[in-house]
Amino acid sequence: MIDVTLESVSKRFARGGDTAAVDDVDITIAAGEFFTLLGPSGCGKTTTLRMVAGFYFPTSGRIRFGTEDVTRRPPNKRDTGMVFQNYALFPHMSVAQNVAYGLKIRKVNRAESRRRVEEALGQVHLAGYGDRRIDELSGGQQQRVALARALVIRPKTLLLDEPLSNLDAKLREETRTEIRRIQKEAGTTGIYVTHDQAEAMAMSDRIAVMQSGRVQQIGAPQEIYHRPATSFVARFIGRSNVLTLPVLAATRETVTVGLPGGGEIVVPGPADHGLSQGETALVSVRPEHIGLTSTTDPGALPGRVVDLEFTGMATNLVVDTAGEQVQVAAVEVPAGIAVGDQVGLRLNRERMWVVRP
Amino acid sequence: MSTIPATPTPATVAPVTKDPTPPPGPRRRLAARFVGGTGSRWFPYVLVFPLVLVLFGYVVQPMFATFAESVGVDGVENYGSFLTSDGVARSSLFTSLIISAASVLLCGIVGVAMAFLLKRFSFPGRKLIEAIILVPAALPPLIGAISFQLLYSETGILPRGLQQLFGTENPVLPFSGIAGVLVVHTFTMYPYFYLSASAALGGMDPSVEEAAYNLGASRVRVWRTVLLPMLTPALVSASLLVFMTSLASYTAPLLFGVDQTMTMQIYINRTNGDLPMASTYASVLGVVSVLFLLGMRWYEGRRSYRSQSKGVAAHRREITNPLGKWLALAASLLATAVLLAPVATIALVAFSADGSWTTEVIPAQYTMQNFVTIFSEPRAFQPILNSLQMSLIATVACVVVGVLIAYAVRRLNFRGRGLLDVAVMLAWALPGTVVAINLISAFSTGNAFSFGQVLIGTFWIMPLAYFVRFLPLVFRSSSAALAQLDPSLEEAARNLGASWWRAFGTVTLRLMLPGVLAGALLAFVHGVGEFVASVLIYTSETAPISVEINNRMYSFEVGTAAAYGMLQVVLIFVVMVVSGRLEGGGRSTREAAKWTA
Repeated sequence: MIDVTLESVSKRFARGGDTAAVDDVDITIAAGEFFTLLGPSGCGKTTTLRMVAGFYFPTSGRIRFGTEDVTRRPPNKRDTGMVFQNYALFPHMSVAQNVAYGLKIRKVNRAESRRRVEEALGQVHLAGYGDRRIDELSGGQQQRVALARALVIRPKTLLLDEPLSNLDAKLREETRTEIRRIQKEAGTTGIYVTHDQAEAMAMSDRIAVMQSGRVQQIGAPQEIYHRPATSFVARFIGRSNVLTLPVLAATRETVTVGLPGGGEIVVPGPADHGLSQGETALVSVRPEHIGLTSTTDPGALPGRVVDLEFTGMATNLVVDTAGEQVQVAAVEVPAGIAVGDQVGLRLNRERMWVVRP
Repeated sequence: MSTIPATPTPATVAPVTKDPTPPPGPRRRLAARFVGGTGSRWFPYVLVFPLVLVLFGYVVQPMFATFAESVGVDGVENYGSFLTSDGVARSSLFTSLIISAASVLLCGIVGVAMAFLLKRFSFPGRKLIEAIILVPAALPPLIGAISFQLLYSETGILPRGLQQLFGTENPVLPFSGIAGVLVVHTFTMYPYFYLSASAALGGMDPSVEEAAYNLGASRVRVWRTVLLPMLTPALVSASLLVFMTSLASYTAPLLFGVDQTMTMQIYINRTNGDLPMASTYASVLGVVSVLFLLGMRWYEGRRSYRSQSKGVAAHRREITNPLGKWLALAASLLATAVLLAPVATIALVAFSADGSWTTEVIPAQYTMQNFVTIFSEPRAFQPILNSLQMSLIATVACVVVGVLIAYAVRRLNFRGRGLLDVAVMLAWALPGTVVAINLISAFSTGNAFSFGQVLIGTFWIMPLAYFVRFLPLVFRSSSAALAQLDPSLEEAARNLGASWWRAFGTVTLRLMLPGVLAGALLAFVHGVGEFVASVLIYTSETAPISVEINNRMYSFEVGTAAAYGMLQVVLIFVVMVVSGRLEGGGRSTREAAKWTA
């Protein structure tokens, strides 16, 4: 168990021209933490993980395991256990041989090795599968073999590169709790790469949201959900309306903005929002934090329903307010509401948040 | 749902602690570069440098040596002879080009027709033909040409048989000269068209064709507007291949006595001791071949149609008409006979007594003596030993160099990667005669790549020639095997602590093995059957089987010649069966047989 630090790490690929795959990334992952790199494809999350594993060396910046600088250390000297997206199980070896591979390289004696392989297979509920061939296993079982192979060497950090993306939806949910349990039991630092925000929210102690090679925000799932740093994070994590509104007044931690239909609202925001009167603010408000009311309700934002779909748990509406299309997810809707109806929107100001572009 | 703290903290990054460990000393850094594996900036160059040296020394540099030889003495006159209208040079070039163009046409007609019949129709005998369709092409070039000579030339079995049947004065339908060459080319090269056309037909999504019918197109129109355009890439690359192979063809003109072709002129000039003129022919032929290689790579990189969906497999039309069924069956039997005739002829003649076959349709006396002679007379057995030994040495070298080049080209990132790839394929594109002349030009005096030794007239020039000619086979099959292999397997091994060498050995190479082995077997068989380059560089001590066969043919010991040929054929079929058994070996063999990336 060890903490992992990335200091201003950048990676440019020679053939990719000037654009950096990873651009000046600073991350500190605490020992024992389950940390997720989250972002859309091409955001640099896998490149970052591969630099931690040692498959790429950063163009600039440093990577540390604890106090040790491992920036240019070859991958075989890093003591990380990696689970690959496609599992990368050796097809010419049995399950047990796969799991024992790292132990063999570490010259663990045979009896000890056999014991640890059994233990690791037990940990992933595959006891007794040692003699199977890899192609005799299902996708989920292969995934667990890959996990056992990575864990059996007792790595300082466990690296997981979208390990669930090849599993079906139901198995994915089961496995993510499994992975989380095993990582905690093993007491190793976990770094997890995914593009699935629900997966990231459910599993992680902390998340780094990345876009275009840069870290947009680092924080616990709740923090990222409720206080997104940028409009990208607001839209990428769950759904969100990011409204562009004029700033009427600002304090250190709040901004008073004008609403489209007239009226104003005081919205909380980060201490470094740096906004002042006369500027425009980006304000994130999630569809579930907007209530429907009548147009006559004072303080409500008037609008017209332009789209409506019933999903069972809630009704999703798109409401046009003074030219701005607002998504609303309402649990309670007036009976007989239809497209074209005039409605009032009540914004929950406690749950709104000022974001950066 | 969690509660929001009254004062939200902005997303922050924990402060970074200063690094207390000093940077590694220069010595350790240097070491890390070499053991650092594929991540290290220098690693690719450390691996690639010796490979570049090998390719430069034995493929590229000899080419320049040949060119230097051709312009060294009377350069202007040498090349000028290609411009004068009455010269042998010019007419040889034209004859070669005409033969090649005619071969493309004939092979195209036969190959595409076969592909359509076998892939689109279902009729009795179809499976049998599909199984043996590649047999004529599998023969070593010399054996193939000899069998066709024995079958179809003026003294051949078929014209003599027809003569006897009809009681005519002369043999009926004999093939000689250029016509004979074209027959050999058609029978041995149509598989290029057959394979690429049937692959294209197989890979074509039938729903595309159905869509055209559905939109109201007639059958002819579907052919013209959908099928043919989709086959075009396959047909163009097959055409280029056949053209190149015909241009390089040497045994067919030799046996059918067509002296005025490029390859024959190289041989004639070389045996007359006019190396500069031989080099001139070799340079011209080499340049044309390289242009074709580059053209082919460019074309294949440009367009290919692959079916997008996995959909239903192409459907075959059943022939239901009873008359058609019988006709199809008869045609199948005839085709089977034609396809198997070359091998059958060699097998038959191998058991004939030398000198017993004069004017009869088939040899009159049969004996085991030919085989007994080969295995009991040391002088007769020596060529077999030579071929096995030289081919084995070449194959080992091909495996070492071919696997590493394949790895470098597929897996490493370095400047000049494309050039390395082209340099290997250059060896493949150059006709065997040109390879031989190149080696003669380069190593008739000692140079750095022969460690100062003169190689011409020694044993080592032979395995070297085989190495250059068949390196691309191992390269391609290894490269195909690597392409099937996920790079993350090697990364997983590295991640678990294996050094680059260990990961390469225990995972990558281990998994490539079937493909490498398939390519190595192919290279070995080709080496054992090699004739085209051998005939220009052998000495009496290093004469391989094929040269011995050729000599026996000259001294009318046809039976013994065929017996040697039969042994080669048996070896080939054994190897084909073994390759087919290798997991994934069949694919690698097919891949190796392709010419370009």
